[in-house]
Amino acid sequence: MNFDDTPEEAAYRTAARTFIEAHKGAFLGSDLAGFDAVRRWQAVRHAGGWGCLQWPKAYGGQGASAVQALIYSQEEEAAGISLLSVANAITIGMAAATIMQCGTQAQKERHLPRIARGEEIWCQLFSEPSAGSDLAGIRTRAVRDGDDWVVSGQKVWTSFAHYADFAILITRTDPAAPKHAGLTYFLLDMTSPGMTVKPIRQASGGSDFNEVFLEAVRIPDSNRVGEVGDGWRVALTTLMNERAAIGSIFPTNFDDAWRLAAQTPLGDRPAIEAGGVLQLLADWYVWRQGLKNFSLRLQSALSQGRMPGPEASIGKLMLGARRQLYLFELLDLLDIGGAALASGEDGDIHFSFLRVIGNRLEGGTDEILRNIIGERVLGLPPEPRVDKALPFNEVPSG
Amino acid sequence: MRFDFTEDQESLRGEARRFLASHCGRETVRAVLDSDEPYSRELWAEMGRLGWTGVALPEAFGGSGAGYLELCVLAEEMGRVLAPTPFSSSIYLAAELILREGDDAQTTDWLPRLAAGTAIGTLALAEGPGAADWGLARTRATPLGGGHYALTGVKQPVPDGLAADVAIVSARLSGELGLFLVDLHQPEVTRHPEPGLDESRPLGRLSFSGARCARLGSAGRAALDAALDRAAVLFAFEQIGGAEAALSMAVGHARQRFAFGRAIGSFQAIKHKLADMYAELELARSNAYFAAWALASGDAVLGEAAACARLSASRAYFDCAKECVQVHGGMGFTWEADPHLHYRRATLLNAVIGGQARWREVLVSRLQQKDASAREGTP
Repeated sequence: MNFDDTPEEAAYRTAARTFIEAHKGAFLGSDLAGFDAVRRWQAVRHAGGWGCLQWPKAYGGQGASAVQALIYSQEEEAAGISLLSVANAITIGMAAATIMQCGTQAQKERHLPRIARGEEIWCQLFSEPSAGSDLAGIRTRAVRDGDDWVVSGQKVWTSFAHYADFAILITRTDPAAPKHAGLTYFLLDMTSPGMTVKPIRQASGGSDFNEVFLEAVRIPDSNRVGEVGDGWRVALTTLMNERAAIGSIFPTNFDDAWRLAAQTPLGDRPAIEAGGVLQLLADWYVWRQGLKNFSLRLQSALSQGRMPGPEASIGKLMLGARRQLYLFELLDLLDIGGAALASGEDGDIHFSFLRVIGNRLEGGTDEILRNIIGERVLGLPPEPRVDKALPFNEVPSG
Repeated sequence: MRFDFTEDQESLRGEARRFLASHCGRETVRAVLDSDEPYSRELWAEMGRLGWTGVALPEAFGGSGAGYLELCVLAEEMGRVLAPTPFSSSIYLAAELILREGDDAQTTDWLPRLAAGTAIGTLALAEGPGAADWGLARTRATPLGGGHYALTGVKQPVPDGLAADVAIVSARLSGELGLFLVDLHQPEVTRHPEPGLDESRPLGRLSFSGARCARLGSAGRAALDAALDRAAVLFAFEQIGGAEAALSMAVGHARQRFAFGRAIGSFQAIKHKLADMYAELELARSNAYFAAWALASGDAVLGEAAACARLSASRAYFDCAKECVQVHGGMGFTWEADPHLHYRRATLLNAVIGGQARWREVLVSRLQQKDASAREGTP
């Protein structure tokens, strides 16, 4: 057991840090409005030789290893500049990853170099009002018309659709086939006629998500990824990459708990001196350390050349549900003050407390993650699925 | 970085698992559970012959000096099969304390025998039922001159108190807490079985009426706390081994037991429960690995890492054990089925070096000290 970088990893870390320190100045404190800063930071990374680290050089990448990519992202996080790269994860980690693995040569050549330079932002048109966890139940229809497909339907929960230039899209091309067999995957230009993007106001007050309506949108067949009817396999490629990308983005800050417990009075003493609060602090700390050490084990596996499997799902599962409880208990500690919307440092607690609702749903709900752990890690049998073999248009709905 | 055991350590694990599969089946555990035997003498003798008892003790005392990480690996494997031996009392606690705190006579007298497994040690702290503060021992040590003391008092419950040849006993010496090394084979020591929750690991009551003993170095509260930290890491691995075995037993049952025409593991009510057990276990394992690194490298972070490992592992083992019983349904409530063995062992291991409320206090007070010294460090 050791936590040391190899000499090669240490040199890589130093080089990454030097690059980030030299360029971060103009980007510190940038927000996501318009995705302007996201695009510019990607361009700077690319120009400096630090963009799309794991891609082949032919498409604008660096041919780096998984552990080198991890080292770079750790250095971005330490430098307080990781937000912009994290926001670009849908483009790089999901859309581009799928094009790289399943796209045609023409699709790769057209999109990957532009993505690498920060010239294209992508969104993911997957979920629908009646197909979330049951993603293969989508109803958006694509009908062949000459060299094009004509697509109509509604997508929902689409993060950053209002900033995106392109989308990855799954559609139903054969309603008479069983539900997983009738799907086809496309790349879609978001400026196509017939597209309407409407923001959704989230429970946290923000509007990162959208509803996206497609009315007779034409997509050339050359934008199809994979065979007609093979869209589910391609979509699974995207989803695998999504969970790998999302598991690493939640903060596990413990300092708030410590600061609040020391500052907040409880009776005639600081709350931290009360037995019950002390016991809570210990539980939070153990949980936080557990997650931190768990991610170190994943990092270690990468460093040894092993790719983490479905067991990595527990990172996101534990973060979402436990962090929600943790944030509630922090507000509880503030007593009646926890009900008032604070500003400053405590304002982040309120925002996180509301945002964490989404954390437990996006990128696989807690329940779906438990299914993944149960079936793919522990080897438990799946639930019987009454819809699996039926033609999709005969599946009961409501 | 390599936050994992090495290939050599994994191969030791493989050997240990194979050996325990053939020498420590359920009948071995139940033979102790259902009898007055204080431990499995045959298994213990084999462990000594294999060198397990001496794995982390220096070669000068008959150990192999391999190290703590090897001991962690063995602890996990022993926990997995509920090994009914006094290993933890004798090695994690007694041998460790004698090694760190004992004088030349004490180390040369006891360590070779403990390393070989030909003598058994234990640590006797508690004095009666209910929560105890180790520092408030009522047992008294009276100087006899020549470095000898007479010990008077009662210690209970004492894990492996019936099996042990030597005990390290906390006692008061003119107001101050000290640790004393007592040979238990003397007329001034009487022992009785103490009924316990887990009779596969029997407890004892030790009464001292002027028992002759020696002070263990100058050891006091600080030495005891440090020893408990080191032991906490090893116990955590034993607990993780047990938790994983309980989870695996539950998963096995859920896959082959049918109800409503389906394997019960296909129902999300069961599947999600098992997934939560797995997640809890993996967090505990992660905390235990970090603590193992701190233990092996002697890093100052051991104090908080050990407490985290202890709390995580205690919680994970109890969670996995109680839900293992639940998944087994009515069979889980029978003496014949094995889930209750983990339910019992999880509770014993949760208690032996202090419960979760105690360790939470330990953890927070260490974090407070760290916080205070960090603030002193910044002008």
